[in-house]
Amino acid sequence: MTYLSMQGITKYYPGVVANNAVTFEVEQGEIHALVGENGAGKSTLMKILYGLEQPDAGQIAFDGQQVSIPNPYAAIRMGIGMVHQHFQLIPSLTVGENIALGFETRKGLFVDQKTVNERVQALSQQYGLAVDPTQRVADLSVGIRQRVEILKMLYRDARLLILDEPSAVLTPQEVDTLFDVIQNLVQQGCTAIFITHKLREVMAICQRATILRRGEVVGTLKVAETTPTEIARMMVGSDVDTVQLTSESHPGPLQLQLENVSAEDDRRLPVLKGINLSIHGGEIVGLAGVEGNGQHELLEVLIGLRKLRAGTITIGDTNVTAFDGRKRREHGLALIPEDRNHEGLSNDLTIWENMAVTRYYRAPQSQGSVMRIGRLKDAARDLMKRFDVRATSHDTVVGTLSGGNAQKVVIARELADTPRALIAAQPTRGLDIGAARFVHEQLVDLRNQGVGILLISADLDELLAVCDRLVVLFEGRIVGSLRRQDATREQLGLLMAGRTTEQAGVVS
Amino acid sequence: MEFLDLIVNVSASTLRLATPLILVAMAGLLSYQVGLINIALEGLMLIGAFVAVVLGVAAGSAWTGVLLAAIAGAIGGAFFALFVTDLRADLIVAGLAMNFLALGGTAYLLQILFNVQGSYTPADFASLPVLDIPGLSDMPFLGKLLFRHSPLVYVSWIIIPLTAIFLYRTVPGIHIRAVGEDPEAARTVGISVRGMQYLALVLGGLLCGLAGAHLSVGDLALFRENMTDGRGFIALAAVYFAAGRPRLAALACLLFGFFEALQFRLQTTSNIPTQFFQMMPYLMVVIMLVAISVRKEWQKG
Repeated sequence: MTYLSMQGITKYYPGVVANNAVTFEVEQGEIHALVGENGAGKSTLMKILYGLEQPDAGQIAFDGQQVSIPNPYAAIRMGIGMVHQHFQLIPSLTVGENIALGFETRKGLFVDQKTVNERVQALSQQYGLAVDPTQRVADLSVGIRQRVEILKMLYRDARLLILDEPSAVLTPQEVDTLFDVIQNLVQQGCTAIFITHKLREVMAICQRATILRRGEVVGTLKVAETTPTEIARMMVGSDVDTVQLTSESHPGPLQLQLENVSAEDDRRLPVLKGINLSIHGGEIVGLAGVEGNGQHELLEVLIGLRKLRAGTITIGDTNVTAFDGRKRREHGLALIPEDRNHEGLSNDLTIWENMAVTRYYRAPQSQGSVMRIGRLKDAARDLMKRFDVRATSHDTVVGTLSGGNAQKVVIARELADTPRALIAAQPTRGLDIGAARFVHEQLVDLRNQGVGILLISADLDELLAVCDRLVVLFEGRIVGSLRRQDATREQLGLLMAGRTTEQAGVVS
Repeated sequence: MEFLDLIVNVSASTLRLATPLILVAMAGLLSYQVGLINIALEGLMLIGAFVAVVLGVAAGSAWTGVLLAAIAGAIGGAFFALFVTDLRADLIVAGLAMNFLALGGTAYLLQILFNVQGSYTPADFASLPVLDIPGLSDMPFLGKLLFRHSPLVYVSWIIIPLTAIFLYRTVPGIHIRAVGEDPEAARTVGISVRGMQYLALVLGGLLCGLAGAHLSVGDLALFRENMTDGRGFIALAAVYFAAGRPRLAALACLLFGFFEALQFRLQTTSNIPTQFFQMMPYLMVVIMLVAISVRKEWQKG
């Protein structure tokens, strides 16, 4: 029986279609995986279901009735609960207070915390979620906090549970416990939507999976009748023939080298495990992989935001392992970060200011500690022309630009002085086709000028279009390295799903 | 015996002087817990002081004055809430504006209503009577120390646990704390962020009004320009020192009250310039604020 049916859901954000006529159906009593890369539209779809966003078009039917969900409160009352990736708990309140928050049992003006806590205890026993209702949330580990969030849903009588990347913050042992809990919940009559991009998890506990890509549904599969490889392929796309932009590559001298690089994530678990990677001038190396396998941390390690556990990073002939970001940039490193709005640009500043941030402090752009604003503005004007940034003037505030133009500001700044090595992370995410093409052309131009480029992308089309060489990152290791002309989607899909090079049939 | 008298006297005036601080600190605590820095405490308190004496005289009763002062404070708090929530004014700027408005407005009204400058002492008007607690006020030493005070002193003692119970045990109190800590999370469970901000600021305004009334009709009946003398800010310092905990904040207020009492006493009995003693309570504020940041550093380390 169809329990939840979302039909033709469309949601526009300025400049982007986050969901395009998405149809998503969930059966009663199943665990349904919603998979797709970041930016594929999973979160938007779930925000619509939970009443945090309103769709521009489409209908929702839940439990046999057409419904509209104006706010989370309405969703909760219908029996829809969501565990957000970022927990919505109040640290200084107790577990019991948090679970009942907004739905307290009252005794006049007072909270009847005794009754609340008894009910929490009962739920906690029924579902095997051990918590102490009197403990303060601030004193709890992440895994227990998640348990509190789940109990919070159950306390509100949620029957449809949305779990937004619940394993992302957990240790492997905690993940196993979580899976037991979810399966137990489903046995007791709940239905779960499980958002993830980890294929192993989809295979482990889900019955069906819906794959989203670029705001559209690629397909819904029965997990028992599919393979991780097929899902991976659907996530990264195999629908269009790729446009080959590159000519034969002529690799020059070594520009960027990582030797045995290891690092830990924010939870202090190993996330990069001995990465070896060499990028020569005049080549584009693509880093493929399902997101969450260490890409983000690798990026941080490269630009100097994350400490290395071991290993060295070399730019040209210089060992830059101990250098900060500015010094690495002075040695010829450039970076197009994955999140241009937060990491690439300061949205409240103007175009010229954003363009100036990498060079304002040194001659000839400044004299002593005084910036030469005229020069910086002139330079910004030139760059806007060179990189076709469309805005009224260099004084335009960056936050008002479209995604494509904002990305051009980043690219103009990073490529203004031709770097030795460029790291481009998801450089076309959220861009329309024209803007994406412009970015690809810039990358290829740069490569032809002898720059070494590392392109980190979740989009296989993009990688196959512009790269000379592809490496695959899986669980913090480089598991395969292929020349573009030898690479097939099937092999890449297998490698991304964690098969070894031999299993993938790669000759290298 | 003389020395013991001195101790009792200083302690009693400590309690008296700490009373407005405690009331205002509980007001500051409410806004601290809802996540708003309320620097308008000072102005709201001054409005309360003014209203208590002026309308008290008009009504012929200090008690009526106290009641109206509390109402005026609550209305002032509602206005402040209107500015910072619905009209999205900057908290600091709106607070400063409120304070200057209260300072200038009361001085101006003093001028046009009574044609006096600086201070106004109504004739034939009795301040709140000292309330001797029957049976207890006759105890040696303790009687004078604890049980022979102006009524609002006792009120301030009751307000401390009431504030604590309100914030930690009642539904609106817990919602106020939830909003203060994470407005987004509070919203997702259906709590009205705006509603809680109004509630905290209006209740706070009410307490500020009471505190002001204690200054103007609690012991003596008079209004002086800027008679709050920065007590709103001292109370705010106590709130931050206590990190929002009612009892600790009250304790800090008592400490300030003690230094103020000591200051009065030493002024009359020593040759050292009085300005030096007048500095003492404020010096305490600086020391306490330093203590806060040291403690924070220590917690981080």
